Amino acid sequence: MAALLEIRALSRTFGGLFAVSDVDLDVNPGEIHCLIGPNGAGKSTLFKLVMGTYTPTHGSIRFDGEDITQMTPFRRVNLGMSIKMQAPSVFRALPVWQNVHIALQRRVPRRLLAAEEGRLLDLLGLTAEAARPAGELSHGQQQWLEIGMALALQPKLLLLDEPTAGLSPEETFRTGELVKRLAQAGMTVMVVEHDMDFVRQIATRVTVLHLGKIFAEGSVEAIVADPAVAEIYLGTPHANADS
Amino acid sequence: MFQRLNGPQTLGNGRGFWIGALAVFAVAVAFPAVADPYDVGNFAYFLIWIFMALGLCLMWGYGGMLSFGQTFFFGLGGYGYGVIEINIGAAHGGSLAALVLAVSVAALAAAILGYFMIYGRIGGVFFGIVTLSTTLALAAFVGQTAGPEWTVGTARLNGFNGMQGMSSLQLPWFGRDIDLEESALYYFLLVLLAATYVGLRLLVNSRFGNVLVAIREDPQRAELLGYDVRRYQLVTFVIGSLLAGLSGALYTAWGQFITPSSIGLPAAAMPIVWVAFAGRSDLTATFVGTFVLLFAFQTITIYSEQSALVLMGLLLVATVLFAPRGLMVGVGQSLARYSARRGG
Ligand SMILES: Nc1ncnc2c1ncn2[C@@H]1O[C@H](COP(=O)(O)OP(=O)(O)OP(=O)(O)O)[C@@H](O)[C@H]1O
Ligand SMILES: [Mg+2]
Repeated sequence: MAALLEIRALSRTFGGLFAVSDVDLDVNPGEIHCLIGPNGAGKSTLFKLVMGTYTPTHGSIRFDGEDITQMTPFRRVNLGMSIKMQAPSVFRALPVWQNVHIALQRRVPRRLLAAEEGRLLDLLGLTAEAARPAGELSHGQQQWLEIGMALALQPKLLLLDEPTAGLSPEETFRTGELVKRLAQAGMTVMVVEHDMDFVRQIATRVTVLHLGKIFAEGSVEAIVADPAVAEIYLGTPHANADS
Repeated sequence: MFQRLNGPQTLGNGRGFWIGALAVFAVAVAFPAVADPYDVGNFAYFLIWIFMALGLCLMWGYGGMLSFGQTFFFGLGGYGYGVIEINIGAAHGGSLAALVLAVSVAALAAAILGYFMIYGRIGGVFFGIVTLSTTLALAAFVGQTAGPEWTVGTARLNGFNGMQGMSSLQLPWFGRDIDLEESALYYFLLVLLAATYVGLRLLVNSRFGNVLVAIREDPQRAELLGYDVRRYQLVTFVIGSLLAGLSGALYTAWGQFITPSSIGLPAAAMPIVWVAFAGRSDLTATFVGTFVLLFAFQTITIYSEQSALVLMGLLLVATVLFAPRGLMVGVGQSLARYSARRGG
């Protein structure tokens, strides 16, 4: 089966720093592909290159058989990808329901909008907060709202950058179950995570990024057992990987 | 249809509001019957400016684009009407054609200027700088056209002394022309303004409006939901600027006179004062607030023009300090809270 996302020789520099350096990566349909690595490894930068909010210095990206390297972000979204970014980015001044509405209205016909909106708010557990400005939600709720908005687009490829930051262990587990359900329904998911329990819960494949480069790739078990991977984490005191 | 007039992007969505709005409209319709013609002409003059205020409200309050260029487009519309009307004549719908063409010129200019700014990613404070420079350049250019060589066809631009000789609007009506002056002009403006207000309410409460406020809040998030952000911004800029062009063309038709001082700096600041004072986040607030300000300004100007200008400045400062979202929006929100308490 052809890969849904094919990244080839991808690099991005900031000044002299290679944030992403010569990365080759395939993401296959239906997999939950976790991207791990110490702080500053280049994970978020790689996601932004895939979405097109950063342009690569070098290399190419294909999505669903199409070269998207030079494509604007909104066109990529319309090809079937969406993202929940690391820093919460919801429309803070707008009420929660309107955030969801704006995410849904491209896809859902007008007469079905109210029902879909209610369903999604319910799934997010935000029905009671629907009328509040999104900026007043807790950090965790904002994360969920943003995941919900990314889901509203029903993408082929969903990118989640640290979806569990700020969530309680129980909410984290529920997020994991949701991601697994999405994958079973045919969605391809890429997740950047520091929480190794969460990675164990969901990952079908893991890629380790270090200093912008691919350091290791394999099953969760193989990655967890790899002493070299443990070493790069130990070398960076801020990483909050599972000890 | 009625439902689509209302929504999260406007204050005043209930039945009470619309009954009040219809009552105000009815009073406005009855006004010429009871007022003297001088006052009717004066009120017509106030209505003319509200188009450009609503346009700025759309761009700035809803779209997050603060344009200092409203009087640039006002000037294009105003001079455009003069030049075209003088050349083609007012009869047989000529002046109406001049109005439409002048507004089209303004819209085309907005599309070109907007394209270079928005697709050139000129954002934030530079958006203001570019629009202001364009405005000042036009004022300076028209100002030096005093010589007889500055004519377009038979229309003479006439520099700082101002262009004149165009005729008022003539509405073709079953084989004869109705001269739109005094109360006829007043009614024409009233209907046009009501239609513009309703049209803009439909727009901001539509899907387009949802995306527009989303872009104001976070353009990147809007783009990552699949919206072509720059196209939305360009369309909004064209609509907002076109309304300034409409104000300009109507102004020239009303007074049969226009000078470069309608374009230059003090004039360019006025729409911003009106909209900031009234409350840029709401169309109704902008409408009412602009009318109130124009009325107050003119009333005070009768006594002293200097003190009127100073008062405008003070008002702007007071608004920014005490009601940063605008005075009329504050009033509107209090009214909404009051009626919600009474209703519930
Ligand atoms: N816009 C930018 N300008 C300059 N440097 C940047 C920019 N974005 C990222 N970087 C740098 O690129 C490197 C990779 O950053 P990135 O955010 O991709 O790391 P990350 O793996 O997501 O880290 P974290 O786990 O802390 O989120 C870092 O050294 C960062 O400082
Ligand atoms: Mg990151």
